[in-house]
Amino acid sequence: MMGSRAGWRRRAAVLLLVAVSLSAVLATPAAAASAAADSGEAGRAAEQHSERISGSAGDVLEDNPVGRLKVFIYDLPRKYNKKMVTNDPRCLNHMFAAEIFMHRFLLSSAVRTLNPKEADWFYTPVYTTCDLTPAGLPLPFKSPRVMRSAIQYISNKWPFWNRTDGADHFFVVPHDFGACFHYQEEKAIERGILPLLRRATLVQTFGQENHVCLKEGSIIIPPYAPPQKMQAHFIPPDTPRSIFVYFRGLFYDTGNDPEGGYYARGARASLWENFKNNPLFDISTDHPPTYYEDMQRAVFCLCPLGWAPWSPRLVEAVVFGCIPVIIADDIVLPFADAIPWEEIGVFVEEKDVPKLDTILTSMSIEDILRKQRLLANPSMKQAMLFPQPAQPRDTFHQILNGLARKLPHPEGVYLQPGEKHLNWTAGPVGDLKAW
Amino acid sequence: MMKSLLPQSQLRRAAAAGRSSGGGAASGGADGAGSDGGAGGRAPAASTFWFLLHALCCLVSLFLGFRFSRLLFFLLFSTSELYSTSSSSSAVLRATTTTTTTTTTTTTTTNTFTLSFAATSNPPPSTLANHTALDSAAAGTSGHTQSHVVVGRHGIRIRPWPHPDPVEVMRAHRIMERVQEEQRRWYGVKEPRQVLVVTPTYSRAFQALHLTGLLHSLRNVPYPLTWIVVEAGGTTNATASLLARSGLTIVHIPFPDRMPHDWADRHATENRMRLHSLRVIRERKMDGVIVFADDSNVHSMELFDEVQKVQWMGAVSVGILAHTGAADQPRLSEEDKQNMPLPVQGPACNSSGQLAGWHTFNSLPFTGKTATVVGEAAPVLPRGLEWAGFVLNSRMLWKEAEGKPDWVKDLDAVGENGEEVENPLILLNDPSSVEPLGNCGKKVLLWWLRVEARADSKFPQGWVIEPPLEVVVPAKRTPWPETTAEHSSELLNTKQDQEDRRLSRTNRSSRSRSTTKRKGGVQGQEN
Repeated sequence: MMGSRAGWRRRAAVLLLVAVSLSAVLATPAAAASAAADSGEAGRAAEQHSERISGSAGDVLEDNPVGRLKVFIYDLPRKYNKKMVTNDPRCLNHMFAAEIFMHRFLLSSAVRTLNPKEADWFYTPVYTTCDLTPAGLPLPFKSPRVMRSAIQYISNKWPFWNRTDGADHFFVVPHDFGACFHYQEEKAIERGILPLLRRATLVQTFGQENHVCLKEGSIIIPPYAPPQKMQAHFIPPDTPRSIFVYFRGLFYDTGNDPEGGYYARGARASLWENFKNNPLFDISTDHPPTYYEDMQRAVFCLCPLGWAPWSPRLVEAVVFGCIPVIIADDIVLPFADAIPWEEIGVFVEEKDVPKLDTILTSMSIEDILRKQRLLANPSMKQAMLFPQPAQPRDTFHQILNGLARKLPHPEGVYLQPGEKHLNWTAGPVGDLKAW
Repeated sequence: MMKSLLPQSQLRRAAAAGRSSGGGAASGGADGAGSDGGAGGRAPAASTFWFLLHALCCLVSLFLGFRFSRLLFFLLFSTSELYSTSSSSSAVLRATTTTTTTTTTTTTTTNTFTLSFAATSNPPPSTLANHTALDSAAAGTSGHTQSHVVVGRHGIRIRPWPHPDPVEVMRAHRIMERVQEEQRRWYGVKEPRQVLVVTPTYSRAFQALHLTGLLHSLRNVPYPLTWIVVEAGGTTNATASLLARSGLTIVHIPFPDRMPHDWADRHATENRMRLHSLRVIRERKMDGVIVFADDSNVHSMELFDEVQKVQWMGAVSVGILAHTGAADQPRLSEEDKQNMPLPVQGPACNSSGQLAGWHTFNSLPFTGKTATVVGEAAPVLPRGLEWAGFVLNSRMLWKEAEGKPDWVKDLDAVGENGEEVENPLILLNDPSSVEPLGNCGKKVLLWWLRVEARADSKFPQGWVIEPPLEVVVPAKRTPWPETTAEHSSELLNTKQDQEDRRLSRTNRSSRSRSTTKRKGGVQGQEN
């Protein structure tokens, strides 16, 4: 296994060299000369217009997790998972559907083991984001109680939770602020991460440095975006990209923040005020039916924060090959150890939004072309998607890779006799009620 | 304070109405953050007073147009107390600073003001918090390194001149050009072949018009191109200089015969000129795709992308623009209009994408009314299938080329006996092996048009005026006839004021606008 990986690395290095030399050659203006060079080396390089991606953990995006870890799935009563979906099937389509699809993937995955004694990780399939309002927004008010009830169940029925106080368990919490279980940032910060989850590994979409709701060792994942819907809107890749900057969404949230300045920390409003008159910026609050097609015709797609720093726009930009411009201070992006986001996207601080046009137009063309090549890598697009059924190198596999990278468990995981870390009565009184 | 439910996820898409109706909690009214935080700790007796004050402030805000809240009273009447660290006052300050920020261009000073006050109050600050919330939040985050990202209300940064900078716009366009070039390189044609454009032409009034248009089209073709111009009556300096200015690779070939004035003869001569250029291509062993671009036709850029796909001989759909040029249009009955076929010439495919036949231009409606002499004001029609709709691989003409198929005749065997070479199908033994291009002929990639001036119309040689023209009207007066007295007096006044010819031109254009307006008015009255 290690030997093949080393060989793979060598091949990767050769390919990188070829790609670098190709890009040097292609930079010369003579089209005929470069065309000859292309045809000559096209045979050697498999995909000359995409580049290999390797992040801080190395070239791990294409790893196969099977055989590297074993996951045991607790068998919870229906009320924790299946019953919720039956009551409201809209949970399968909204952007928090990752928790449901992860469960379904694990049930039939090769990493699943039915013998908990040999498991490295334990998964609790509780859907905390499936209590929807009539409009389809998830209510987080009962989620702490649901989670608490699930943990009480597994700690009573199996010995594995108490063995480690949850340190080798993982939970998928895709809500706005992860396991803080609130949609409003102040309230989420006030609540903090659920005390019972202090030792567990959290798989969540929210990521912001030095934030209460991001625990160390969490795995950040992209939000769920329906892959079939996106794939139905592909246009021919030789359609020229003629939009410079593209964005569709709200700039002011007049219903909840009428004065402005609160929503998106004022960044979206600043975008609008500075660039509404700029023909290079195709930004508006429209919801056109050609949204996906337009993204494929744009060079840069803005991904500013909203009420929370993450959004499915990042996934859409990556899938459609549009360079994401991320405007969210201190954000932590999905799989940050496997994907070198600084090389793929453009990071703009919120205070620099008025200078966004200067920043984007002063980027060197080689940078831009390199980012497009990285985005064209099919592994990159695959890593952001949740296809059903699961395919190699998709988000499900990247989550398992992330969990595998955390193995073997460090020394403090197994509790000494008499050692206890969790406080079962911590948190607001309302959370202690049974569910 | 109660807010309507607002997970950021839905906010991008849901309408405001949907959001507020969806939430179970009551949404706050126009009043925002701090005021309710302040109201929380008040005694009930005083709360009615505050409520009335709040109502008064709302009414005042209605008139004023910006939010005039009781928080302003705090600011006005208790400036000395601002420096004491009570959460409500810091909230007050933040709210008021925001009001000013949003209505005017932002100031960084305002922002630092906000943040500095945040530093004095208990970190991390939050406008909505009451005391207990702050304490617990402070306790919760005491273990973390302080993040510089602050929750709460921020100013909206607007730069002093929020308009595009022209230099940056040009840079952006250059970036997009390069990106599109790379796209073409990655996803477009892998090995672009040279395009050989064959154009028969001759010296006449409209030659410069047609050649200039074709020249600009060819300059935009992204592939290496050679323009083979065959000129009837020998090469002329005027044509040569026009071609030399184009910046393209030119092969300028003289053709000994003069172009006749009769359309039928002109078509025949053009065909012979094209055959002549094909012989030249064969002699010089030029390699590439041959496109027959007549000088008065109009070509789309997709045509040149499509022709790269041709193997030996391809056909594209040509739109036929047979303009009548006459003032009276023949009245067509409804059924005529229904039966009128599309003015398109080109290949027709069967359902499996194979060439099944040809679509030709129906000239029945025009019988008897077509032009015979060049320059006559009557429709000019194409014959059968035009050369312009065919594309050849130049290797097809070579004496020896590898892979040359058997169904291609030798070029020498064609046109020897002076027979009419109507279209390049004559070069083939088996016309069914022509490849249909442009989505099997569904896409019209070029338009065929014949527009000419009268054969005897004069035009300056090379469009350079030599000797200078004689004076028709002296410069002090415009050369148009006077219309009405009042109009002309207006004009004379304006002319006397401005001697600058540029300004008189704008007068001219405004005047012509007004004349057309009047004409429209007159017609309206007649109706």
